[in-house]
Amino acid sequence: MKNFIIFISLSLLIPIAIIAQEKPADTITPKDLKEVIVIGKKTQLYQKQSKPLATIDEYLQQSTKVDMIRRGSYAWEPLINSMPTERTLVTIDGMRVFGACTDKMDPITSYVEVSNLSEATIKSGQQGSCHGATIGGSIDLQRNRSGFSDLGWDTSINTGFETNSQQKIIGSAINYTDKSFYIDTDFMFRDAENYTDGNGQEVLFSQFRKFNIAATSGFSFDENKLLEGSVIYDKATNVGYPALPMDVSLAQALITSLKFEYVPKSSKITNWETKIYYNTITHKMDDTKRPSVPIHMDMPGWSDTYGFYSKLKGVFNKHHFVADLNSFYNRSVAEMTMYPADSNEKLMFMYTWPDVKTFYSALFLDDNLALNSHSSLKFSGSIANHFNEVASQLGLESLQIFYPNMKDGKNRILKSISSNYLFDENGFSYSFGLAYGERAPSVSEGYGFYLFNSFDQYDYIGNPELNNENSIEGNVSIGYKTQKWSAKMSSSYFHISNYIVGKPDETLIPMTIGANGVKIYTALDYATIFNADLNLEYQFSTDFRWKGQLVYSYGKDFEDKNLPFISPLRYFSSLNFKKQNFSSEIAVQGNATQTEFSPFYGEDRTPDYAILNFDAGYSFDFEKVKCNLKAGIENIFDTYYSTFSDWNNIPRKGRNFFLNVAFGF
Amino acid sequence: MCLLLSKFKKKYKMKFLRILPLVLVTIFASCTSDNDDAPVDELDGIIKIQEITNDTHTIEVYSSTGTLQQGYNAISLRIKNKTTSEYEKSATVTWAPLMHMTSMSHACPFSVVSKTSGKETLYDGYVVFTMADNATEYWELTVNYTINGVAYTANSRIAVPASAKQRVTTFTGTDGVKYILALIEPKGPKVATNDMTVGVFKMQSMMMFPVVDNFKVKIDPRMPSMGNHGSPNNVDLTQSVSDKLYHGKLSLTMTGYWRINLQVLNASNEVLKGEAIVEGNPLSVSSIYFEIEF
Repeated sequence: MKNFIIFISLSLLIPIAIIAQEKPADTITPKDLKEVIVIGKKTQLYQKQSKPLATIDEYLQQSTKVDMIRRGSYAWEPLINSMPTERTLVTIDGMRVFGACTDKMDPITSYVEVSNLSEATIKSGQQGSCHGATIGGSIDLQRNRSGFSDLGWDTSINTGFETNSQQKIIGSAINYTDKSFYIDTDFMFRDAENYTDGNGQEVLFSQFRKFNIAATSGFSFDENKLLEGSVIYDKATNVGYPALPMDVSLAQALITSLKFEYVPKSSKITNWETKIYYNTITHKMDDTKRPSVPIHMDMPGWSDTYGFYSKLKGVFNKHHFVADLNSFYNRSVAEMTMYPADSNEKLMFMYTWPDVKTFYSALFLDDNLALNSHSSLKFSGSIANHFNEVASQLGLESLQIFYPNMKDGKNRILKSISSNYLFDENGFSYSFGLAYGERAPSVSEGYGFYLFNSFDQYDYIGNPELNNENSIEGNVSIGYKTQKWSAKMSSSYFHISNYIVGKPDETLIPMTIGANGVKIYTALDYATIFNADLNLEYQFSTDFRWKGQLVYSYGKDFEDKNLPFISPLRYFSSLNFKKQNFSSEIAVQGNATQTEFSPFYGEDRTPDYAILNFDAGYSFDFEKVKCNLKAGIENIFDTYYSTFSDWNNIPRKGRNFFLNVAFGF
Repeated sequence: MCLLLSKFKKKYKMKFLRILPLVLVTIFASCTSDNDDAPVDELDGIIKIQEITNDTHTIEVYSSTGTLQQGYNAISLRIKNKTTSEYEKSATVTWAPLMHMTSMSHACPFSVVSKTSGKETLYDGYVVFTMADNATEYWELTVNYTINGVAYTANSRIAVPASAKQRVTTFTGTDGVKYILALIEPKGPKVATNDMTVGVFKMQSMMMFPVVDNFKVKIDPRMPSMGNHGSPNNVDLTQSVSDKLYHGKLSLTMTGYWRINLQVLNASNEVLKGEAIVEGNPLSVSSIYFEIEF
């Protein structure tokens, strides 16, 4: 309560204090701290990408803020600022979607395709709290839409092939735009076999097959009002997870939304967007293809989410403000049925997610104040109500075995506040900020029941009595830019209290055959995470451009023990050549040896690696058809390697040739 | 119904045959209850197993399932006067189950019979049938009762089929005494922390099986079909003062087949029978156990 009062008074006082020292108004739009990864705009034929038909996972990996936990070829789990799904927020056009797999085999990013998206916006820490509570930051995946720019038909066909894994890709997009109406449709299909590692060894169960179809249609009326409906249907089948003991027979999502956008003609309000949405996910794990399992089991999961948001943007004097009211309702159910060897015995059944209902409502306010033409101050704050309910009586009673006094519902208030100062003049820029944020435990952390983690080989039990995790965060960035040079260094520091982890309970007996023990979710006093990254670019000449990235991460708990999935020093360097229709890139990427690993969470020392990639592209017009060819080699020297974020050290792909061809009509 | 039956026929033919009498008894019981004088709720939740008659009375024997089975059975009965067709409301009742084996006879643990609280005509108690009947060996139940100072008796053979899962165990402890443990609760096991009740008796003679006091029953539920894993937060069973039975908590983390491994400790905490489970050994079992499948 005390915190809450401080929060309210701070959020009320600060803008007033700022208004009090007003300076002459100007029309400069303040900058926002975010990183944008361009995925594909339909009008441009992916030309700038080194591999246009790469997966979303490969695109996101380009960011210095993002790492990907890899359990196979498919559905990598994004880490933002070295933090996994529970501490981050991934949205699709502002919509909340929750995976239906208890083992995190279906991050939200796995239910969309590059053809659906135009870009991904990555925000660090509380900068990303607009669409919900987060600690590490957010990724908002933005849908592709043609808007009303180019009238008429726009059609494209994309095809690709990769030798390692024999991945076949085919996709198409058909868009039609009229003066007050547009419809965009796209389709993409991928089919990949097992890949081989750098030693020429086939990585069994690394295959996948995925199908994605999407449409967005908008209708504008009264010139300044837009109604837009959007739907994505994504279905992956026969997905292998070589790092896990089970595969996936079905991962299916239907993601729908209806949006109303209003742009007042002359008002302090520049844009008002309201969206209602619904999405449903079905996820089925499958162990029937594995040669030997101690016991056969079915583990399906379902996640349904209904939500809305209403976002108001406006300008008042020098204040650029955003107010966002958002709410969602999610229902997550997962169950486990085990088949005893003796078929006369009854099936063994339990809820691993006991029909957990989450009802979340939040108000987010953001004020970006242009102090003068080169500096701005940004304040944001949010307050949310987070309510969980265990709807299954069986599930509730199961958890009451561990927590006899547990109630079926739990309410939490989540607060977030952040402030940033930005300065930018003559190419020199810097920023610093402070923030505080809270998050509720995830469904698994709060209500999971015997969730087996194949990384540390423990069964995990949720803890409904966990406190909110909260983080105090500081960030600094400094950049310098000339015509040729661009350099930017940014860093963030998180002090996370009530840091939620699983702690072994020696008195408990694991359920999973072969497991090391049982861990109960509990909270560490605190943990600290620090990330620093350096992005460099140098334009040698009009044709040559060099790019470099260096990332350092650090994560320790309050006892100075290492946290898991903290990247060793990693680097990326590329040289681009572009002349007229021809483009080419040679790139090296690598990690130093992971010395700060965490045996407690199942990690071991990961050796260093470096791989070399090369690609070349050519675009030309043939009659009225725009063609874009892109070919390349990844891991040219066929290096055998695995990284700190490869689950159970599964090796990455060996040498891979790829060819992407796009035709636009 | 026909469709349902044909569907079930193949897979559940055996099961259906087993419950068929139950179904018939249910139908029968519900048909006849219309003619009874007693209020309908007298028979709530109980089904007639059979009748035992003598010249003067008909004794109706009930249980929750309409059958008896090996192990613990809660049994209700009422006594109908043949001449007045009235149910006797103030009888003093005792009973004596007896097993007729080929070479010998013996009784089994049983409770006193008392007037069922809240009911007008019912009397109840329990009997722990230590074995099932078979082609040559059978149980006989004798009911002795006194009404207004006049003593009566009635007896009949009763059917005690084997239970599908082990609900009673008989063993000789390290003290040389023969003991009987009967599982009473949970009757309807759930994925939850279940209240568990067990009766502990000793064989004083072939006919006397009194309740044992101040022992302790340790429980360790395990799933042999799944690596013999256990469950947390079980509470070992101790005797309650009120009903003399042993009470504890049994955690079942999923449905399926559970083997409740037991250890019986005497008042000075010495293990009389049963072995602790060796962690990590999928074949480790105790020599005394109950079975629960749901």
